[in-house]
Amino acid sequence: MPPRILPEPTPETQHFWDGTRNGELLLQRCKETGEAYFPPRPFAPKTGSRNVEVFKASGRATLYSYVINHRPRPDMGTEPYAIAVVQLEEGPRMMTNIVGCPQTPEALVLDMPLEVVFEKMSDTITLPFFQPAKG
Amino acid sequence: MMQKSVAVVGAAETTKMGKIPDVSVIGLHADAALNAMADAGLKPTDIDGVACAGISPVELAQYLGITPTYADGTSVGGCSFMLHVRHAAAAINAGLCTTVLITHGESGRSRVGAGGFGRAPSSLMGQFEMPYGVTAPPTMFTIPVLRYMKTYGVTEEDLANVAVIQREWAAKNPRASYRDPITIDDVLNSDMIAWPFRKLMCCLVTDGGGALILTSAERAKDFPQKPVYVLGTGESVETPLVSQMEDFTTSKAFRVSGKKAFDEAGISHADVDHLMIYDAFAHLPLYGLEDLGFCKPGEAKDFINGRNTAIGGKLPLNTNGGGLSYMHSGMYGMYALQESVRQMRGIAPAQVDGAKISVCHGVGGMFAASGTVIFTNEA
Repeated sequence: MPPRILPEPTPETQHFWDGTRNGELLLQRCKETGEAYFPPRPFAPKTGSRNVEVFKASGRATLYSYVINHRPRPDMGTEPYAIAVVQLEEGPRMMTNIVGCPQTPEALVLDMPLEVVFEKMSDTITLPFFQPAKG
Repeated sequence: MMQKSVAVVGAAETTKMGKIPDVSVIGLHADAALNAMADAGLKPTDIDGVACAGISPVELAQYLGITPTYADGTSVGGCSFMLHVRHAAAAINAGLCTTVLITHGESGRSRVGAGGFGRAPSSLMGQFEMPYGVTAPPTMFTIPVLRYMKTYGVTEEDLANVAVIQREWAAKNPRASYRDPITIDDVLNSDMIAWPFRKLMCCLVTDGGGALILTSAERAKDFPQKPVYVLGTGESVETPLVSQMEDFTTSKAFRVSGKKAFDEAGISHADVDHLMIYDAFAHLPLYGLEDLGFCKPGEAKDFINGRNTAIGGKLPLNTNGGGLSYMHSGMYGMYALQESVRQMRGIAPAQVDGAKISVCHGVGGMFAASGTVIFTNEA
């Protein structure tokens, strides 16, 4: 199996990938409006304000939408897998994979509660995945 | 833009379509361009504006021997050509040039002289989508759909019926790739690609191209073909990441582009005789019908199931068979435009009798961009 395709951080996103490596899901928010946003950038969209801050997200989310890819990318193995978009508690959505449950329509129910987990993929990259919430 | 100030005077597709292993990408652009110039009675030195996507307008101009005073390399995916039409109309009105050639050519199937599909790992898509196993459009364009289905009670059968009805149109088109009738069961039993999407809910992958030539309405009267006037245009973009669409049940780019075009054209939905909605996948006509305002949110499935968009229906939709059955080389927008022009000229294989207004709506990327062109054959 070829090595998994991994992100290459840029100066604007480095803090996010440093965060996942440390087991933290870091978002940003505008300090004027308080609105959280994603993906990372050094200013708030719409307002254009550079007065922003990085903060640690709760890691709680719900399943917003997904597909189950039946033609796996070579680096993803041979079994069908879900490519999901989750709704983070803080407002933004992000793409991810759902782990710790079967990759089937029956197991993956829209709006089910999820929680973030981190999986180390290389020395520099840890990917944030989500699993069904426990408790 | 000014209504009916600019017209299409040349329109053609590549000589062959479907599988063309003996022509490269730039060759497909050129073949379509030469066919459109023949249609308009022009030669390359008569053209002073060029626009294309996929290759650079620099390559196109040099290859054909054109010295332009206007070049548009807008490349926002499959609807780029709708934007090219819009920009060309503005450029002609502003006096930047008189005669614009817009081309598309893509070796989607044979990959002759074609680049690869992929994103730099440092791009936003490379960092925040590619790591989770997305591949080509079948695993990205489709991601919003489960949310749409849950919100409005849309079923897999509803999605399948979009493909079934478009195949009925394709059967009337000799150049359509797939013409044999299909049933909902055929669609639901076709190979699983990315649940809930089956193979027959996904577009074709073919080779081909097309070209348009636009000039001022004043000059258009002197050309051999019946002029097809540009009545209104719109465009917008939303996000390069499908995961960051504002709302998975509606496309903001569709809504903005469509409204702008209808406002410019000064028409109501009841005035529309013929409609093209870029259908890379079966859900796009549903989103398009709602976001353009032909149906209320969630009602497009009933509209389609009620055969309103089918042969004999009140709003003929995707009358060439669409990307699902006619052809789809990768950036399908050019073929939708070609069908609108044929309908306005009155020469389409599945001609809508007496059609006077055609709306042609495109999508680029995975709901990333949108362009809308409204044509009329009445001066």
